[in-house]
Amino acid sequence: MNSKSKYLSTPYIFWAVSFILIPLCMIFYYGLTDKTGAFTLENISAMLTAEHSKALLLSLGLSLLSTMICLLLAYPLAMILNGMQVSQHSFIVFIFILPMWMNFLLRTLAWQTLLEKTGVINSVLSFLHLPALNIINTPSAIVLGMVYNFLPFMVLPIYNVLGKIDTNVVNAARDLGANGVQTFWKVILPLSLPGVISGITMVFVPALTTFVISNLLGGSKILLIGNVIEQEFTQASNWHLGSGLSIVLMLFIIVNMALSAIFDKDGEGSML
Amino acid sequence: MKEKLIDLVGITKSYGDNIVLDDLNLYIRENEFLTLLGPSGCGKTTTLRIIGGFETPDKGQVLSGGKDITKLPPNKRQLNTVFQKYALFPHMNIAENIAFGLKIKNKSKAYIDDKIKYALKLVNLDGYEKRMPDSLSGGQQQRIAIARAIVNEPKVLLLDEPLGALDLKLRQDMQYELIRLKNELGITFIYVTHDQEEALTMSDTIVVMNQGYIQQIGTPESIYNEPENAFVADFIGDSNIIPSIMVHDELVNILGARFACVDKGFGDNQPVDVVIRPEDVELTAPSAGTIEGTVSHLIFKGVHYEMEVMANGFEWLVHSTVMHPVGEKVGIRVDPFNIQIMNKPASEDEEAIGIDEQ
Amino acid sequence: MKLLKRIYIILIFIFLYAPIVTLMVLSFNASKTRAKWGGFTGKWYFSLLDDSIILQALQNTLLLALLSALIATIIGTVAAISLTGMKKRGRTLLLGITNIPMLNAEIVTGISLMLLFITLKMRLGFTTVLLSHITFNIPYVILSIMPRLKQLNPNTYEAALDLGASPLYAFFKVIFPDILPGVCSGFLMAFTMSLDDFIITHFTKGPGFDTLSTKIYTEVRKGIKPEMYALSTLIFITVLILLILVNFLPNSKNQAGEKKSRKNQA
Repeated sequence: MNSKSKYLSTPYIFWAVSFILIPLCMIFYYGLTDKTGAFTLENISAMLTAEHSKALLLSLGLSLLSTMICLLLAYPLAMILNGMQVSQHSFIVFIFILPMWMNFLLRTLAWQTLLEKTGVINSVLSFLHLPALNIINTPSAIVLGMVYNFLPFMVLPIYNVLGKIDTNVVNAARDLGANGVQTFWKVILPLSLPGVISGITMVFVPALTTFVISNLLGGSKILLIGNVIEQEFTQASNWHLGSGLSIVLMLFIIVNMALSAIFDKDGEGSML
Repeated sequence: MKEKLIDLVGITKSYGDNIVLDDLNLYIRENEFLTLLGPSGCGKTTTLRIIGGFETPDKGQVLSGGKDITKLPPNKRQLNTVFQKYALFPHMNIAENIAFGLKIKNKSKAYIDDKIKYALKLVNLDGYEKRMPDSLSGGQQQRIAIARAIVNEPKVLLLDEPLGALDLKLRQDMQYELIRLKNELGITFIYVTHDQEEALTMSDTIVVMNQGYIQQIGTPESIYNEPENAFVADFIGDSNIIPSIMVHDELVNILGARFACVDKGFGDNQPVDVVIRPEDVELTAPSAGTIEGTVSHLIFKGVHYEMEVMANGFEWLVHSTVMHPVGEKVGIRVDPFNIQIMNKPASEDEEAIGIDEQ
Repeated sequence: MKLLKRIYIILIFIFLYAPIVTLMVLSFNASKTRAKWGGFTGKWYFSLLDDSIILQALQNTLLLALLSALIATIIGTVAAISLTGMKKRGRTLLLGITNIPMLNAEIVTGISLMLLFITLKMRLGFTTVLLSHITFNIPYVILSIMPRLKQLNPNTYEAALDLGASPLYAFFKVIFPDILPGVCSGFLMAFTMSLDDFIITHFTKGPGFDTLSTKIYTEVRKGIKPEMYALSTLIFITVLILLILVNFLPNSKNQAGEKKSRKNQA
């Protein structure tokens, strides 16, 4: 089988080089040259201008915030789901994957309907005599959209890792005198770390780079770094600048991926 | 007699419709090596988990030193468990694993370090402090699991089939190791296994269980030599279990032939079961035996020959160092002391006897 | 405590499914704008059938999802098998490269592919979108097959060869049935990912070619056509019913049985 498989891998290696590696090189080529083809660092340093750095900082802030919220919502949820001992692991996955079959843009747009001044949520709030929620077209709405869209990516890896923890290891901690809280901090949490890290990566990267959610829920006034890059390509047609900014963005992604590689060596925290 | 350390009173436990334990009564004395023995599904592990605090019984009480600890969580109990597949904390090194319980109890660093050293020495793994659990072999992980439990100085150590995952040779070594540990530490062991040889080798007391009932409690010798019912006889080693008639005291009719025995009190002309161990069946010249038969199978087993002898419509299992070829006519003789008479169970349920005879 | 857990789960579910219910309700809204409820109607479901633009986008989306999932499954299966046979270093490297489209930001993947296609002077349209979708689908296929391949007993394949089977025959008779569940879930995953994709399609499609996602995106400013809600509702309900039928009816019995037998051993 061994000599055969070398031969077998050739088409895939060809594909991976053509459609993964070379395109990435293209970004570096465009990002490090100007329109005449001469080498320049201007497209990179453009990130430091007030307009771009503001967008980057806002993106970082909102994506970190939504990652935190996702983690805080997802961890207890994953623990409860794990504790329910639902006989079907696939059922839990099913429930979180199912919404994907409703178009992502429409789902996000539906929040506009829900959040509007006279929308469903405010009607419920006013019925309960609570103050109205006016967050549509604000950064809060963007965070809500991020949490909504990426929450499953946090829940599933944590749920999977929790399910793999040997119940006897937890029992052993109790047996050795640890109470519920101590067992959680000393055994369950450290053992679930691969899932947590993987969840953080899977939420943080798309949140940091999104341009759709900000576009749909933030109105046109709020620019995230994703919006800036998208506009360079589709409206301003300055691919060199867009590529340069993408390179900076990738630095954050690479750091994030390296972290997850260190903590999740065996790929335990995968989604499926 | 030493006092009862742990007392299980009327324990009943079921999962859904499945009754795992039915009105179980059992006590464990100080410094005893007690083994719960039985086939899988007999309720032995559930019993252990109830003692450990990982399960709560539906009915009944767990008493420790006279106090009711039925509802006490595991972390409040003065006993420790060695789990089936070791259950070491995979993210901690060996020293951290062993220190776990001591750190929870806020012991000083010097005390913990001493304890780690002592425990590793005790299980013959000095110098393994910095290793990770997954770099150790199964036998070594098992020793660490034991070390992790005993540093907490529990009154009772619960062991759930701790040798089940090891290979034969290692298992035998660990059996001696466990006996040595128990003698050195002077604490009570409650041991769960389905391996009758393991139970016979190590225990002071064996509790044979089946289908949620205790079948017999006794020393290894009494369990082996005087099984109280067909289940125990069959589960502990090979045996010939023959339906017979008790003619009167000290005389039993086995397959139409009269054998002298030493048992009394079964009444006259009562149906009983007779247990005869294969090594207790003596083969003689055809005319010298109580009954006559023909050798039908022969296998060489190393320490002895295993033969089957067809006599009066029953295949007798015989272990002997003297070989008789297939087809040879032989006589069968049994010493009266080696004939064990048992009451016939009136029904399935009645196999549950001998609960308070310890 | 139990009640609290229940409430928590229910709240999260409301959060996840509220927008979906909203869209379903909107598909029956007689008013054309989503801001106002104009009474119940089913007319959008009928006018959907006459809307050639939406139907064309639907056809593009489905064809794209089907083709890209199919091709990605074939390439991914072969790649997964060849990966398990490789030396550790090569495998780690190739797996690392494979994971890039999954871990990298979609916007970067989209841009990089667009730059490639433009440099190669390819006309942006169905082909370029298809190639892109295949590229980001392959990792999902490989990741769902690899664990199955690792569990495989290598001796079974050798046993088949030993009994006189040709390598290809042995593969289809011995290895393929074992990894089939992984192949199927990889295909489904790829199909779902392709169907739901917007960002990469957005960058690699040319003018004149639209999937449902890109169509919706261009409609956002002028207002989404109610027929779009009707179509999404139809797709969602169809998939829901299909998945329930396929996944749970035969499985649930097996798994309940397994659980029971495990408890019996206690």
